Amino acid sequence: MSANPPATPERLLGLYRAMRRIRAFENAAEIASQGGVAAWGLAATSTPAKVRGPLHLSTGQEAVSAGVCGNLTRADLLTSTHRGHGHTLAKGADPARMMCELFGRATGYNGGKGGSMHIADFSVGMLGANGVVAAGIPIATGAAHALKVRKLPHIVACFFGDGAANRGPFLEGLNWAQVFKLPVLFVCEDNRISATTPTGPMTAGEGVSARAQALAIPSEKVDGNDVEAVDAAAARLAGEVRAGGGPRFLHAVTYRFKGHVSVDPGTYRDAKEVEAALQNDPLIIARKKLLAYGVAAGGIDAIDQEAEAEIAAAIATADAAPWPKVADAYTDILDTGAGVWQ
Amino acid sequence: MNAPTKIDTMTTAMTYAQAACLALQEAMRADPTVVALGEDLGRGGVFGQYRGLPQEFGPERIIDTPISEANIMGAAVGMALAGLKPVVEMRVIDFALCAMDEIVNQAAKNRYMFGGQGRVPLVARMPIGIWSASAAQHSQSLEAWFAHMPGLVVVTPATPADNYGLLKSALACGDPVIYMEHKELWGMSGEVTAGAAVPLGKANLLRHGDDLTIVTWSRGVSLAAEASEKLAAGGINVDLLDLRTLWPWDQAAVYASAIKTGKVLVVHEAVQVAGFGAEIAASVAENTGAKVRRLGAPRIPVGYAQVLEDESRLSAAKIEAAARNILK
Repeated sequence: MSANPPATPERLLGLYRAMRRIRAFENAAEIASQGGVAAWGLAATSTPAKVRGPLHLSTGQEAVSAGVCGNLTRADLLTSTHRGHGHTLAKGADPARMMCELFGRATGYNGGKGGSMHIADFSVGMLGANGVVAAGIPIATGAAHALKVRKLPHIVACFFGDGAANRGPFLEGLNWAQVFKLPVLFVCEDNRISATTPTGPMTAGEGVSARAQALAIPSEKVDGNDVEAVDAAAARLAGEVRAGGGPRFLHAVTYRFKGHVSVDPGTYRDAKEVEAALQNDPLIIARKKLLAYGVAAGGIDAIDQEAEAEIAAAIATADAAPWPKVADAYTDILDTGAGVWQ
Repeated sequence: MNAPTKIDTMTTAMTYAQAACLALQEAMRADPTVVALGEDLGRGGVFGQYRGLPQEFGPERIIDTPISEANIMGAAVGMALAGLKPVVEMRVIDFALCAMDEIVNQAAKNRYMFGGQGRVPLVARMPIGIWSASAAQHSQSLEAWFAHMPGLVVVTPATPADNYGLLKSALACGDPVIYMEHKELWGMSGEVTAGAAVPLGKANLLRHGDDLTIVTWSRGVSLAAEASEKLAAGGINVDLLDLRTLWPWDQAAVYASAIKTGKVLVVHEAVQVAGFGAEIAASVAENTGAKVRRLGAPRIPVGYAQVLEDESRLSAAKIEAAARNILK
């Protein structure tokens, strides 16, 4: 249906840039979050961190966001998870407004009402990160259902983690999408851990792809750290969805470099496993491929520097941004009964 | 029980179910983005409250769904975000409990948590109440759960006219509405005036009296009216208020009546403990100093056998007795 995008240095450079921006964003947010939340036996610092509360980093998983979103248009829709910065950036959101939201500032995408866990930019079709595992799946099916009823040509990309496959809405949503032949690309971003517990021993059967296939949803499994592989598979599957073939399922196997939240040292994982995963960094893999394509190292370094500078500017913007007003606590709730709070 | 096809008639007698059907039919004719989704809707809904609509609007807009309550409600959130106005049918409120994340964490929170980037204009119909010996999992009245929740409007129509007029307002509201019809009222007949929307948040003062205020809603209304008749025969005159909407509730109307009578009895079919009557009673006491009493069900599941079920049921006799008690 849809031809694979040609594996060219230019395309890979674009994907690399998308990944590098996410990495820079996550690293900067991580630094800004230290001491921000009491968890894992650690107290929050007495001076509030700039990013407060749980910060779920997608460091190491950038290839999935970049590879999938590279095959979406601005008008396509996307639902995300609690680990949603990468999806949001790759869908086209402005990192400065995202960082403002993480900092809880009035100029953030949500006016400081959501923070990291609810990062969203509806203007680029990014319908929100979600604090509840698998909760984006029914929402994605409904958005796709609306696109179908309204006869619009767009599709919905629905990101979720491996842990989501063990929640009921996973079955309900996949079944629904298939029954109504909806334009949804399901993307299982499989980082192999459900919060702090390995997903494998908690999951019966042959895994998420098998569950999709049981509902006759065509499924592909890819190396989620190889952005070209993700890109190629997403292009194929998104093309089939766009052509009206109903839902498709992409199972991208990756690895979460950091803990469940940024202050979680992740010591429950085998150090050797983590060390091996760090060698399998999607950015290292992409860089090697770029060099093999004959792209000059200096050109790649320049992308790195641009990304760092862009995110440094986002941090500076967020640092200087105004706080929400107390009165803002009472807006965006309901029109009916607004003004009556008790 | 087909939806009446003539909608230009001024006033027509119809049932509570037909009244809702008419309101939805009018909304769907006027606005192509209104759709309904839920189990068994293709056959007009299990209570006939969608009868005729599948034939008129087809399966694309009257959507028969799998038995997947979480996805029904979650999909409605996604539909609303992507430009539709979905009417969700949960069949009975007991089944809506399978969709609590989608109602509470998703529908109710979306607008606020994303800073007003999106709106979730959906109407979630979840019939409440005791009916037909249906025991503990098909008989609950859980309106207090939703009234507790920021981000939701809560509506409890008691008559055909209100079921028509409140559903019209709910469909136009723009925010998530929990719309609770009472299962024992489906067959109730009454006059409905075409086009007469009933505003959300406005109580209906059904009787005027200086001795006592009775505040109720849903199934409680007709029973309280019956009790009020009996009280009037004994010289006790009641201000009877049907709240119609629990969030927002008509505090001004309730307080005005409480100040006039000095005594307020709140009546509801739901379990009395932590019921919405507690909120009203406390608010009335805090704001008016009136004497307050509550009448609700004991904190027991609804039983199957008649003798057990009756323990949870409201009745005119129970309301009358509670009224006499507060006047002692």
